[in-house]
Amino acid sequence: MSLAQVETVAPEETGGSLGRDAWRRLRRNPVAIVGAILVIMFVALALLAPWLAPYPPDKPVGQVTPTSIPGPSAEHWFGLDDLGRDEFSRVLWGARWSLVIGVVSLLLGLIGGMVLGLLAGAFGGWVDGLVMRLVDIMLSVPGLLFAIGIAAMLGSGLDAVMIAIAVVNVPIFARLLRGQMLAQRQSDYVLAAKAVGVRRRRIVLGHVLPNSLTPVIVQGTLTLAVAIVDAAGLAFLGLSSNDPSIPEWGRMLADTQRYLSSAPLLAVFPGLAIIIAALGFTLLGESLREALDPKYRR
Amino acid sequence: MTSDGRADPGGPPPPDGAAASAGPAPSNGAAVPGEPLLSVRGLKVHFPIRKGTLLQRVVGHVRAVDGVDLEVRRGMTYGLVGESGCGKSTLGKAVLRLVEPTAGTVVFDGVDLGGQGPEPMRRLRRNMQMVFQDPLASLDPRQSVESALTEPLRAHGFPGDRQGRVRELLDIVGLPAGAAGRYPHEFSGGQRQRVGIARAIALNPDLIIADEPVSALDVSIQAQIVNLLEDLQEQLGLTYVVVAHDLAVVRHVSDVIGVMYLGALVEEAPSDELYAEPLHPYTIALMSAIPIPDPEVEERRRRILLTGDLPSPVDVPSGCRFHTRCPFRQPTRCAEESPDLREMRPGRKVACHWAEEIATGTIRAAASAQDPTATEVGTPAVK
Repeated sequence: MSLAQVETVAPEETGGSLGRDAWRRLRRNPVAIVGAILVIMFVALALLAPWLAPYPPDKPVGQVTPTSIPGPSAEHWFGLDDLGRDEFSRVLWGARWSLVIGVVSLLLGLIGGMVLGLLAGAFGGWVDGLVMRLVDIMLSVPGLLFAIGIAAMLGSGLDAVMIAIAVVNVPIFARLLRGQMLAQRQSDYVLAAKAVGVRRRRIVLGHVLPNSLTPVIVQGTLTLAVAIVDAAGLAFLGLSSNDPSIPEWGRMLADTQRYLSSAPLLAVFPGLAIIIAALGFTLLGESLREALDPKYRR
Repeated sequence: MTSDGRADPGGPPPPDGAAASAGPAPSNGAAVPGEPLLSVRGLKVHFPIRKGTLLQRVVGHVRAVDGVDLEVRRGMTYGLVGESGCGKSTLGKAVLRLVEPTAGTVVFDGVDLGGQGPEPMRRLRRNMQMVFQDPLASLDPRQSVESALTEPLRAHGFPGDRQGRVRELLDIVGLPAGAAGRYPHEFSGGQRQRVGIARAIALNPDLIIADEPVSALDVSIQAQIVNLLEDLQEQLGLTYVVVAHDLAVVRHVSDVIGVMYLGALVEEAPSDELYAEPLHPYTIALMSAIPIPDPEVEERRRRILLTGDLPSPVDVPSGCRFHTRCPFRQPTRCAEESPDLREMRPGRKVACHWAEEIATGTIRAAASAQDPTATEVGTPAVK
């Protein structure tokens, strides 16, 4: 057959899958770069905290009285906290805890949400109805309130916090994945796969699911930011580990409330840390969405 | 396109007796010899319209396909034409049970598809394939060409060298072997449709339903794809049902053409005869819209313009479904009595009470239909 030779070969740029395409767009986006730098910084500080922190985070290293809490100095960059511990070391270690809580609760929520979403999206019918009503009920309770309720019910401790945040995120992922899968199921390539006799399970797992994951990944990045903020919020309200020596940004905020007038910086440092971490994941997530969204693809 | 009965290349022989159960098969004598491969009787596809969020109630139906009978003989090409929204694509999908029919039977190669469970139906699909309108949408963006082409082979347990078969398929449809490792977005529209065709022929099917196979392509590419389809029919002994709104494409490829209007066939005839002498008022109107490439004849061409909009398939007109727009409408029968698709002459079927009178000129088109100010509605794209 010589028909093809007539047709000009016009592929857009050389080789590469959609992923490489998205990567190219991501690299060109300054917002993505800023987000990525913040995220990398946060993760690196969290991982390296034991080596970077100049002092132990849980032991007093200087003399303080409630009326005189020393501010930043050459030895103690962020000053000392109300119990005489090094604030800089505590913020560093706090990053570590935030990362752990964020990642664990994200993973738990992601797994739970994806299982529910996959069930609803793959089977439809009454399974879909049941799962979606459950999701509706869960979403009808305000997120933080819901998390507080669950955390309070499970008792204090970091496990309770992580489970609470995970549960709050389950319906979000479930609904997102289910919606995507329903949309993909209507597409021509699914019909085409059915037409050539591909089995249902393979259509769902091999075609529908992989093509539905992009927004879930984006949402996951954004959820990490929300999880960090939520964890801080719960800790601020006193729902956190029993061990007061664990440096947790939310609790650090709560503990310094009393000294807001004498040592306002004690609230500023953990607050800034929360903002920067959340901002990094949000910027990265948003630019990921832009890079991966088919609407931006030509 | 040749239309002689050809030996079946690989399909199972039709079981005795099953073919006879296909119902009272009307012979379109003048058309094509060859055993019927596909027989559709009274096929309906109605989509319910639901209202309400909690307690959903059905408030009506979109009658996308509303009682279609047709027969496709082995080795021939059946063209389905009609305006967009007339149900021709849905009909094509319902035949393959990609859309579940509401009523009616589809007998393929002696097997009634209606009673098949999911797994037997899946196995039956290897003998009937589909080529889609939008070649990009019909290919998984995350799937390489090789994966897309081996998928049907895997699904049906194709023995032997699958990669060899992929190379063979690419060669058949005129793509370089290097295309195997590439992804759909890297190809041009025509090349993607070649991939779609390669996937459709991967299992050596008997029947291919091509749903607007070229309408999404550039005009310059359309002819290549049409030629490819014709070549494949010759090489592989395929039977086609080609769904299209482009009269020129359909005329070029089809042996028999069915004209659809609002979910039903209004006329069916051998291709040349349909174009030489359309019998149904709707077909007459469609044909009158085709420019004639001869200035003198074109000068005398009288266009019959359809007035009004295409009625909604939710609310199909009473009696003859075309009577609301018909330039030949008569005061009796048309609005009350639904005309059957009847065989007016050998091979010529038409669903019009007055087809004979219109053919002999006893009934003429209403003057308003030739009013140059009348808006022209629903004339399909014509080259």
